[in-house]
Amino acid sequence: MTSNLVSGVSGEWEVVIGLEVHAQVSSNAKLFSGASATFGANPNQNVSLVDAAMPGMLPVVNHECVRQAVRTGLGLNAEINLISVFDRKNYFYADLPQGYQISQFKQPIVGEGKLRIDLPDGSSRDIGIERLHLEQDAGKSMHDQHPSKSYIDLNRTGVALMEIVSRPDMRSSIEAAAYVRKLRSILRYLGTCDGNMEEGSLRADVNVSVRRPGQALGIRTETKNLNSLRFIQQAIDFEVARQIEILEDGGEIDQETRLFDTTTGTTRAMRSKEDAHDYRYFPDPDLLPLVISQKEVDELEMGLPELPDQIKDRLTADYGLSAYDAAVIIEERETALFYEAASEGYDRKLVANWMTVELFGALNKSGQTLSKCKVLPEQLGSLVGLISDGTISGKIAKDVFAVMFETGSDAASIVKEKGLKQVSDSGAIEALIDTVIAAHESEVAEYRAGKEKLFGFFVGQVMKQSGGQANPGMVNQILRTRLDK
Amino acid sequence: MPVDKTTVAKIARLARIYISDERQQVLATELNGILSWVDELNEVNTDNVEPLASVTGHSLPMREDVVTDGDRIDEVLANVPETTSGFFVVPKVVE
Repeated sequence: MTSNLVSGVSGEWEVVIGLEVHAQVSSNAKLFSGASATFGANPNQNVSLVDAAMPGMLPVVNHECVRQAVRTGLGLNAEINLISVFDRKNYFYADLPQGYQISQFKQPIVGEGKLRIDLPDGSSRDIGIERLHLEQDAGKSMHDQHPSKSYIDLNRTGVALMEIVSRPDMRSSIEAAAYVRKLRSILRYLGTCDGNMEEGSLRADVNVSVRRPGQALGIRTETKNLNSLRFIQQAIDFEVARQIEILEDGGEIDQETRLFDTTTGTTRAMRSKEDAHDYRYFPDPDLLPLVISQKEVDELEMGLPELPDQIKDRLTADYGLSAYDAAVIIEERETALFYEAASEGYDRKLVANWMTVELFGALNKSGQTLSKCKVLPEQLGSLVGLISDGTISGKIAKDVFAVMFETGSDAASIVKEKGLKQVSDSGAIEALIDTVIAAHESEVAEYRAGKEKLFGFFVGQVMKQSGGQANPGMVNQILRTRLDK
Repeated sequence: MPVDKTTVAKIARLARIYISDERQQVLATELNGILSWVDELNEVNTDNVEPLASVTGHSLPMREDVVTDGDRIDEVLANVPETTSGFFVVPKVVE
């Protein structure tokens, strides 16, 4: 295992990272009102009088949001709390009309769980989940529209969020990125959050501290509102370097909230708000405790789809895929389903290879997504089938694939149309070899005199003569007997 | 913990309420009276008693996940001092 320690001037440091992820719950309506939770409406269109905090309006919790939180908890192998309590978290901001956010403080709906992260070297590790609670999102402020005014849109106000808090179990920015990637993947499999980071459906606050290996935890900083994996890694790497430099110079870390500047990749302290963290939580008197039955939890558990870890275990154990290939394939549910359909009845490993290398390569290059791609799962499978049964070589298959990717035609018909079928007729191959040997007498003499590396030259010539269609295995074999006799 | 004048001033600041210097002392005395009265509850032995979250015996009513509200921009913005293209407009609040 590679070490995650960071070298400073005065020795090594261990990095400690915990994440708070805010995931927008997929639902039609908001957490406590009947207004739409959809993204992209006109300013203040999706706002009810509850969201606008008009006096006398009362919140009524959305049952589906509760179910989504439970599903997510189950997907994170977490304890589900049948009784949980909504609290008021009090603070003043222009985009929070109530003057408090309804959240869950002492008794969240989901307790401790764990999440398995997949690291780039193919290894896996469990990261502890401390809790998951339901809360309201705030509105959106725009500060760049007017020199002295801010514009407020309350469409997002009251939309349900799940705040998912990890244990401080991560030791590098790479692990933190792997955690968010895996969490996003699980949420998308479950259908409880669309995971769209650009639209802000998933954002993370990162808590970072450093310490000497084996020592007590250092003082941490919290960098808020990171909405891409790249920003999460940059913010952590910057914080680690900054904190180590301060500590090695004999300074102290201030426990503070910091903001990330996406243009410079640096963090800076928020203008410190006095009492900013004194939220004076108390149970919301408008809401009774949230009670769910074990029966409902059991029913939700029955309805869960197969999750990425289960699929990964199946792909590695039953199909023999490498941990890395399996991790790539299972990250998106859509990809996993594509793979299952494509590899059914064909060489599972070879299909995985073709999918991760050729198909993903072509998608990346053309900027397409799998759902818009012309190649259907069965078509990729049958292409691999043609390689397996020797109809075409792997090399020809790449050309066939290129045509398939462009046109969406079947492999078999492309092979037929273009006359690409592999030549496995030994008579035909022998004839080709004879032609090549006759045309290169001097090379044959050199080869027979001991210049063995010329063998590759002959293979190349024969393949060229055949237009790439000769069966390479047979060419090697026959050529060897001809030249060596 | 008895409430002193400083605590009253802090709570007032957190709640964005102006309370004059003289009033702060008065309120501290009143709050202490209320708190010590509530403190009497601590004399009851509550060992092995589950916390009671509601005295009514009702559980939280829930709504189905259906859009039934919204599209009432005129009402939502009815009381605003200033508005532009459907936004609330407030003095600049930016970090």
